[in-house]
Amino acid sequence: MDLSQAYSMMMTDLGATLFLLIVAVSGLVLVVFDAFKPRHVATPWIAGLALSAGFVIEMMSIGAPEGLAWYDMMRTGGSAAFVNSLVLGSGALSIILTVPYLKKIGHNIGEVYAMILFATVGMLVLGAANNLVTVFVGLETMSICLYILTGFVRSESGSTESALKYFLLGAFSTGFFLYGIALIYGATGSMEFGAIRIAAEQSAGVMFWGGVSLLLVGFLFKVSAAPFHMWTPDVYQGAPTTITGFMSTASKAAAFAALVVVLWKALPAERWADVLAVFAVITMVIGNVIALSQQNIKRMLAYSSIAHAGYVLVGLASGSQAGYSGALFYLMVYTIMNIGAFGVLALLEWDGKEGSEQTLESLAGVGYRKPFLGWTMAVFMFSLSGFPPLAGFLGKWAVFAPAIDADLVWLAIIGVLTSAVSAYYYLRVLVVFFMKPEGENSPMAEHSFDIPRSSAAVLIACVVLLVVFGVTTFALDVTSGFFAADTVTQFLG
Amino acid sequence: MLSDFIPFFIQLGIAVGLSFTLLKAAALIGPKRDNVIKMTSYESGMDPIGSARERYSVKFYLVAMIFIVFDVEIVFLYPWAVSFDEFIAAGAGPGVMAVVLFFVIILAIGLVYDIKKGGLEFD
Repeated sequence: MDLSQAYSMMMTDLGATLFLLIVAVSGLVLVVFDAFKPRHVATPWIAGLALSAGFVIEMMSIGAPEGLAWYDMMRTGGSAAFVNSLVLGSGALSIILTVPYLKKIGHNIGEVYAMILFATVGMLVLGAANNLVTVFVGLETMSICLYILTGFVRSESGSTESALKYFLLGAFSTGFFLYGIALIYGATGSMEFGAIRIAAEQSAGVMFWGGVSLLLVGFLFKVSAAPFHMWTPDVYQGAPTTITGFMSTASKAAAFAALVVVLWKALPAERWADVLAVFAVITMVIGNVIALSQQNIKRMLAYSSIAHAGYVLVGLASGSQAGYSGALFYLMVYTIMNIGAFGVLALLEWDGKEGSEQTLESLAGVGYRKPFLGWTMAVFMFSLSGFPPLAGFLGKWAVFAPAIDADLVWLAIIGVLTSAVSAYYYLRVLVVFFMKPEGENSPMAEHSFDIPRSSAAVLIACVVLLVVFGVTTFALDVTSGFFAADTVTQFLG
Repeated sequence: MLSDFIPFFIQLGIAVGLSFTLLKAAALIGPKRDNVIKMTSYESGMDPIGSARERYSVKFYLVAMIFIVFDVEIVFLYPWAVSFDEFIAAGAGPGVMAVVLFFVIILAIGLVYDIKKGGLEFD
């Protein structure tokens, strides 16, 4: 290949990954900008506009056919564009919610926005990866930024504690992941998804399957599936609330998207159905049952997020086109619901008395004092527990129905039963919000606050999206188009 | 297959032999003028007696970060500078220059940030 050809290829690839470039360069600009003008009003604007620009670009390329860029290291268009717009949208909404939150907790640090942008870069690389090295680079970029974001409230011991826990356990799981990649490379001689599949179909020995197992451990840690979930409650509880909303949605969506693509393109899925089904059962049962006994709402939502990872794993366990597309759809719905739920919790911290220690008692009667927050929270809780007119129901249907088609009826039954259990703790939040008298030491009784318009707009947008995706199925059609049978072959050739 | 590794084993033998010889020779023929400070265990200039759980100034880490910036820079820039003539000969001069400039700018951002945040101000 001569030089001019290489240059023109580079320009094409830069165009195809323009969204990534915008976010990364804006992050670098923000770092310098914040060093010279600390706490400037423009900082969150730059971050938000960069993410929004990337979001618009990627939304427009969802319909584009799948392609490859950067010497087959990354995928563009199709499912990659879908996951990228999910991540970018989640980042943009989180930034809108984070601006008033940071001012309120008195840690208006400009680096937070740069870190959100860099974390988003990692997630974008992760969601668009076509090579295990790209997956690893994305995973690490994302994780390192998230460790910092978890612990940036240095004055609060819970925040630093959770950051340290997250860092140590995350570094440990990275070791598993890397060793898995090394073994797979040793067994197949390639790190590219399509080439791994070809090599594995010819001969797959102990080394290959050992590598895949370690790889799966790394992935299941990042998506907080049981039994690798132990970090989740502490980290979600200790992290600043809007950051929790960001990392529980975007990072999980990106990691799951990478896992879906690895299973779909690199590994003969049928062999993994049973393994994933077992993990799905453990995750759903542990997440839902332990969530029942939580008093702290953030911790309860952390266990609920473990349970939701289990539902997505049900979709993956079915190993079919419908299962994978259902999983992607579920991730989208889950992102909207959780951004909203954590957004409400962040607003309820407004009085500054309870901080992250919001228990069911301390929030008694909130629904009457702040009807807007009460009603939006009601929508998110009903959707999380899977009530029909909302998107949570369609999402659950999208992951459970393929499991039945794949003869995993027992798995679908366990999924439905555990999600029935989950209704108890989701609806208990509403009982506390609306049907309990305000306690004597309820902070809300003394402190009144105005809900920032930007935050209210985000919550309303989440509610509207949940209703729209709940009563229409076009998003499901879009995601199932990504995994049509003929798109596999183009990567095998 | 294994014969390919003969140079490697020769290198290994020389490395082990040389370091062993030098250490032993220094111990045998070197002059010994010990004093108290010289004989204390090495702790980067800190007093080795006391609790190991002292609080360090965060400045140490900032200096280390600046060091990393320059360290990474030299690792990549040196081979690039050595082979830049060949890039020019192949007609890739401006493009390769732009790529390296981009790399240096990214590292410079880290440096600017560190200095601006007071990483080099010792009080």
